[in-house]
Amino acid sequence: MTQVNRLTGGQIDRESTLSFRFDGKNFSGHPGDTLASALLANGVRLMGRSFKYHRPRGLMSAGSEEPNALVELRSGARREPNTRTTTAELFDGLTARSQNRWPSLAFDVMAINDRLSRFLTAGFYYKTFMWPAAFWECVYEPIIRRAAGLGSLSMQADPDIYDKGFQHCDLLVIGAGPAGLTATLTAAHAGKQVILADEDFRMGGRLNSGRFTIDDMTGADWVTKVVAELATLPNVRLMPRTTVIGAFDHGIYGALERVSDHIAEPAPGKPRQILWRITAAKTILCAGATERPIAFENNDRPGIMLASALRSYANRWAVTPAKKVSIFTNNDDGHRTAQDLHRLGIKIAAVIDTRPDAPGSTDYEVLAGAEVANTTGRLGLTFVEVRQSDGSMRTLECGALGVSGGWNPNVHLTCHQRGRPLWNETLSAFLPGEDLPPGMHVAGAADGQFSTHGALKSGQQAARRALGLRGRPPAVPEAEDAPVTQTPFWYVAGCERAWLDQQNDVTVKDVKLSHQEGFRSVEHLKRYSTLGMATDQGKTSNLGGLAIMAELAGKPIPEVGTTIYRPPYTPVPIGALAGRSRGKNFKPVRLTPSHHWAKERGAVFVEVGNWLRAQWFPINGETHWRQSVDREVRQTRASVGVCDCTTLGKIDVQGTEAADFLNKVYCNGFAKLAVGKTRYGLMLREDGIAMDDGTAARLAEDHFVVTTTTANAAKVYQHLEFVHQCLFPDLDVQLISTTEAWAQYAVAGPNSRRLLKKIVDPAFDISNDAFPFMACGNITICNGLRARLFRISFSGELAYEIAVPSRYGDALMRRLMVEGEEFDVVPYGTEALGVMRIEKGHAAGNELNGTTTALNLGMGRMVSKKKDSIGSKLSERPGLNEAEALMAVGVQPKNAEDKITAGGHLVSADGPLDAAHDQGYVTSAAHSPTLGKMIGLAFLRNGGSRHGEVMRLASPVTDLTVEVEITSAHFVDPEGERLRA
Amino acid sequence: MHDLIAITALGASEPQVETIGGITCTEVANLALASVAARLGGEAACRERLASLVGTVPAAGKAELTGPFSAKWVGPDQWMVGVEYEVQNDIAAHVKAALGNTASVTEQTDAWSAFDLSGQRINRVLELLCNINLSSVGAGSAARTSIHHLSCFVICRVPNANVRILGPRASATSLHSAITTAMRSVR
Repeated sequence: MTQVNRLTGGQIDRESTLSFRFDGKNFSGHPGDTLASALLANGVRLMGRSFKYHRPRGLMSAGSEEPNALVELRSGARREPNTRTTTAELFDGLTARSQNRWPSLAFDVMAINDRLSRFLTAGFYYKTFMWPAAFWECVYEPIIRRAAGLGSLSMQADPDIYDKGFQHCDLLVIGAGPAGLTATLTAAHAGKQVILADEDFRMGGRLNSGRFTIDDMTGADWVTKVVAELATLPNVRLMPRTTVIGAFDHGIYGALERVSDHIAEPAPGKPRQILWRITAAKTILCAGATERPIAFENNDRPGIMLASALRSYANRWAVTPAKKVSIFTNNDDGHRTAQDLHRLGIKIAAVIDTRPDAPGSTDYEVLAGAEVANTTGRLGLTFVEVRQSDGSMRTLECGALGVSGGWNPNVHLTCHQRGRPLWNETLSAFLPGEDLPPGMHVAGAADGQFSTHGALKSGQQAARRALGLRGRPPAVPEAEDAPVTQTPFWYVAGCERAWLDQQNDVTVKDVKLSHQEGFRSVEHLKRYSTLGMATDQGKTSNLGGLAIMAELAGKPIPEVGTTIYRPPYTPVPIGALAGRSRGKNFKPVRLTPSHHWAKERGAVFVEVGNWLRAQWFPINGETHWRQSVDREVRQTRASVGVCDCTTLGKIDVQGTEAADFLNKVYCNGFAKLAVGKTRYGLMLREDGIAMDDGTAARLAEDHFVVTTTTANAAKVYQHLEFVHQCLFPDLDVQLISTTEAWAQYAVAGPNSRRLLKKIVDPAFDISNDAFPFMACGNITICNGLRARLFRISFSGELAYEIAVPSRYGDALMRRLMVEGEEFDVVPYGTEALGVMRIEKGHAAGNELNGTTTALNLGMGRMVSKKKDSIGSKLSERPGLNEAEALMAVGVQPKNAEDKITAGGHLVSADGPLDAAHDQGYVTSAAHSPTLGKMIGLAFLRNGGSRHGEVMRLASPVTDLTVEVEITSAHFVDPEGERLRA
Repeated sequence: MHDLIAITALGASEPQVETIGGITCTEVANLALASVAARLGGEAACRERLASLVGTVPAAGKAELTGPFSAKWVGPDQWMVGVEYEVQNDIAAHVKAALGNTASVTEQTDAWSAFDLSGQRINRVLELLCNINLSSVGAGSAARTSIHHLSCFVICRVPNANVRILGPRASATSLHSAITTAMRSVR
């Protein structure tokens, strides 16, 4: 098909031709076209089907306010539903598909809904799908879900990439129409950092759509000149294809830049879109205005559109939807459209003006005091029925009807922080209110300045006001300055199926029904009828609905009010909100110093917070993780094992009162800890519940290294800073995290000392006498490398933790493996670590679960009564110290083959098996290769005196009920002889 | 002299260098760092001694980069002191000796990974990474900011031409990936 509806002129590049497909048919257009203008050029008026009634629909607008002409753009994984043809730039090879129709756009079976419209009124769902309740989820919901929505998702991962970024400026100008351009010029010439953002790919706003002149140039030429000048200024950033989507706190604006949407696919590595957060000291909103339609019977046929859109398509894109058009207007701007179209050779069937005193024309017929009563044309407009001023009916043949009901300033962003617009009687429109977002000014049509000169001048004034500029301003360019008044005319009396919200199929009749059924608040009207709830957010429909509700309620429009405008101003892809934080880059990872070595060894990794830790190290012949873990445990207990424990939090605590500080944060005493010694410590929350445990090593009188659990490292550091800064600011103590500065490895097992002796420099005696259990100190290894050695044990074995600067962590691990060969050294992962700590009865995160106290943990006596520490007083609460309090115990199955599962509950062996008789629960469980059966740690009421008792362990989740014996939590070496060896 | 071989934060024996579109990201492995926090009541003395070590004691948001020892402000009466690793690999001991009991000093050398970003228009890369007002950044500006969810320092040496980014060492791979991804994004 050739471009049958292409006119002369326009801002398109006729030198090159672009091919595209719509619903499987090939078409052509030119650079500068949108998909909408190119389809119109090719004689396509029917572009979609409506949401509810599947009515044939065409273009209503030429901008982002478009409710009707939505398509699935692109194909495959890049298919994007509900894309507005009016903002989609044409590129060679573009493919688009109409949506919400079957089997074809011209013949849609679901159009039967239109025949059933009598029943499908507002509130249909609420009234119809009430009973039987059993049908709600299994019948009604599937049916409604299938029928809902317009376009469909590709169900494939989005192949494109999105960025997020930050910008800062003295002045953000939103909208590059006449007001935005003069505001930007003014600020730029004052040397301010200015960002000018416009959602269109061509700056200029409506200056590109009209025939007005500025000084001695056409509006479009003036725009070209100004934009070219701004582009040369280093303090100006021009951002076309960028929609400012929201005004947020502290002068921050969200803006979506469509970087690559105008090409077939983004260049490799380049983003499709960028979501910017712009921090602006001042902002000028120059978002323009949106023409408002008039509702009349069957006002939704393809070919019926806003008059300003007709004008834009003709002047900017050199296209017309038909060779013969009519205009329906209540204001002078509708006549401008008629004049422009007439000049371009389009036949004007008539201008239908609701005003009895409408201006006449010698070029075409003007029907003053008339109104459109109805239209015909199944898939596109063919005839318009006009009720003339004398009441007689007249039929006009035309393929397009431009409708102009006046203009609504785009005040949306002024309301994003709950500002309320103010009603202006002269313009019969809402204007920005007084409670604007801080730093925001409004200019141009968005502020009700509808003349070109008024817009140019207000942009300059707003910039001067916002930036506090003094002196005589330069002259504003000469331009038309016709006074504008708007007399309201919302709908043609007597109409019923007259469409207000064309995307959600809300009619005048629906608004009347809402009123009749008591949904009279605008917020109720919106939700009951879905007026303004579609992807266009009611940009062309809200005010019409409000006006009709006001009329029915007998109130002026401002008393009815508006619903709240919320961000985003236009739809934003979820991908843009995610940015780069998706897939494997969802969050940063933390690698241990031995990570690369562990990877070489074929370690299986587990995520622990952001850390990747080796879970176990399979070797040849092992087909199940239990084989690896059991081997690692046995080998460690038999000889020596090495585990990367760098992830444990390490906090450097220094200062002359560091010991006093630790005495405050640990419930047990630290003041008398000798230099060169380490002590286990338990931190309580203010409410007496256990918060975290770890060790504190005293390296000097004024220097401790505190360790925390991996999971709580950041939380404990935050807690210590709070205690220091807020509770005890007078203590001389300084804190800093050193977690990542040191690679720290546990070397555990009866041969651990022999292994370490091979690398610790001879000057340091690590014999049991010289370096006993809980000793610590600075040492050197491998002939001079600085290191720290702690004799602490999580496994229950003779064990050490050795730390070196992280850069040497990889080398130290390799060295330990080489030097340990003679001892059959084994690297072990977090699973073996967990098994050994359960065998030893050491508490971990499962036990420090936010509900347990020191008493529960069997450490009640650790809470020192000789000093005050955080949580110690509240740990004495009677409720936490009942005789029947939960106490840590061990559990093992009576039958060695039985399982123990964490989360299971303990009940007596022969009593009722229900929640009321619950006596405790298992927190940790593992298969113990040392004991040859599963074991668990549990909290049991009065557990300390129940060792040897047989109980039942019930776990409905894992479908388990077994007999277990209550034991000490210390299954291995309860006397602690090994770790002191 | 010990014979253990160090690896860089990115896990190789040599620092990684990558150039994309005229912008170069260079891993910095020869940086020794130590934190300095003035002791309570010793703030003035600490500043005095620190000044003799680094030159001018940097104010909030600033770094002193003129001498062999650099310093950047990291909090009230807290600074991070740096020097080339080859010059002083046990920086904490050296700084502690200089400051005495006026300050607590902690080795931070291997707590951080560092990347130098250089080339024309590096601000276009930085604006995709962090929320810094780049138009107000001059030589010697030091900001703490979030990059790819990581707490980082961005220190400006030459505006729009040379900055150093410090981030947590364990997440060096993620940080480096974020930086080079942004470098590829820039048009």
